[in-house]
Amino acid sequence: MKYLCLVYSDEKLLHSLPDSPKDEECFAYAAAVQNSGRMLAAEALQPIDTATTVRVRAGKTLLTDGPFAETKEQLAGFYLVEAKDLNEAIQLAAGIPAARVGSVEVRPIRQLEV
Amino acid sequence: MNQIVTAETISALYQQESRRVLATLIRLLGDFELAEEALQEAFTCALQQWPVDGLPEQPRAWLVSTGRFKAIDKIRQQQTQRKYQQQWLAEQDEDIEAFQADEANHQSWQDDELRLIFTCCHPALSTEAQIALTLREICGLTTEQIAKAFLTSPVTIIAQRIVRAKNKIRDAAIPYEIPAAEQLPQRLDAVLKVIYLLFNEGYSQSSGDQLLCAELSAQAIRLGYLLLELQPDTETMGLLALLLLQESRRSARIDQQGDLILLADQNRSLWDQVLIEQGVQLVERSLTGRRIGPYGLQAAIAALHAESPSATDTDWPQIVALYDLLYRFEASPVVLLNRAVAISLAQGPAAALPLLQALEQSGELSQYHLLDAALADIHQKLGLTQQARFYYQQALNKTSQQAEQRFLQKRLESLS
Repeated sequence: MKYLCLVYSDEKLLHSLPDSPKDEECFAYAAAVQNSGRMLAAEALQPIDTATTVRVRAGKTLLTDGPFAETKEQLAGFYLVEAKDLNEAIQLAAGIPAARVGSVEVRPIRQLEV
Repeated sequence: MNQIVTAETISALYQQESRRVLATLIRLLGDFELAEEALQEAFTCALQQWPVDGLPEQPRAWLVSTGRFKAIDKIRQQQTQRKYQQQWLAEQDEDIEAFQADEANHQSWQDDELRLIFTCCHPALSTEAQIALTLREICGLTTEQIAKAFLTSPVTIIAQRIVRAKNKIRDAAIPYEIPAAEQLPQRLDAVLKVIYLLFNEGYSQSSGDQLLCAELSAQAIRLGYLLLELQPDTETMGLLALLLLQESRRSARIDQQGDLILLADQNRSLWDQVLIEQGVQLVERSLTGRRIGPYGLQAAIAALHAESPSATDTDWPQIVALYDLLYRFEASPVVLLNRAVAISLAQGPAAALPLLQALEQSGELSQYHLLDAALADIHQKLGLTQQARFYYQQALNKTSQQAEQRFLQKRLESLS
């Protein structure tokens, strides 16, 4: 099973709380997941100031400056992992250092049937 | 094979065995929905064949095998070329030989029952979903029965809740397994919580169908016994003791008008002595265990009440000490509230007043009517009628339960 672990946190606080993870810790965890063979992809994102939201309506492309929705916590990055089941995915998600100050949403990847 | 089998025999077997058969079918087929259909198919076959052919040597194993073959047939007949179904069929064929439905292999059956319990009570499901799924899959209640027992929820909501939970189990791949040793205590606590909530749902309602409410509590107690048998643990023992001791007071806690009666005012001759004895025995066993926890301590408190001839003869200092211990496990304001009430009985109302006032100032229980009720009671005992009236009124504003309201109203009227 593939799971997408979406890391959310308050952008303004992510790096300034007493429990905030340092970059080295984040790298080390990513490397550990990589070495366990369960990593498919992982990236950190630029802040929401840089976001552009795209919609297509009646053939026209409409752009909005900013994220899809204004929320208290913002999408800060993601892990795409391969896990045996939800328990294993939860374990991987709980290990992401940012989980201590933000939240990680675990979503199974839907297998599209072709 | 020559025993006479009637529909009644099979119906009795359904009552007794259907949950175990289901638990194993879910493991073999890997899908709740498919397993439930397979279970029904298996019993339909039994109704046709057993009265003619006689009872098979291993009825439970027969039901599993029959149900499984029916399910495989069904998937084959659908004739769709879906990739995952092909893969599923291949897997089924592969291990069909490996599976020997051996009725004598108790460990295997019990493991499947535990798998079912831990999956229905998986913390990735909402508490409401855990309760509904537990009642449906482990207790075998129908959706209609569950909805009737939960006054607040219409059938469609309960049905949706169960479907959504099963979909999540399938699509998010919640594993059908007994948690590993390091996860076990935490996961066991989640199961205990479901059993406790289930019991309370059946115990605290005073309106609604009393028979159904009693049935919910009985199911919770049955689950407690089952869990204790499958996965012995001192906290499970403590919880079961607590449920039995509370259940022993069921008929004494409500009067003929359906109004609540306080523990102190209950007719103790109505308490069920058989349940008390079972509960006390379990408390004593759980207190010698290694993993003493909040349920065991609450059960110990309930046991002290159960063994006292009257409220005044109760060992209140001992109860205060147990609440102190409980607070170390569960640092909740509700524990402090109960402790304060125990102190008022051990040392008098004046000793409890500052504790309750501190709780009120903390604001943590600002929506909890029982804090106001306790404050009202203490003020009443201290002769401070005006304050007592104020707090009874506050308590009334905060509860929507009719029996509670009538109780508080009566207390309010007794002031003048």
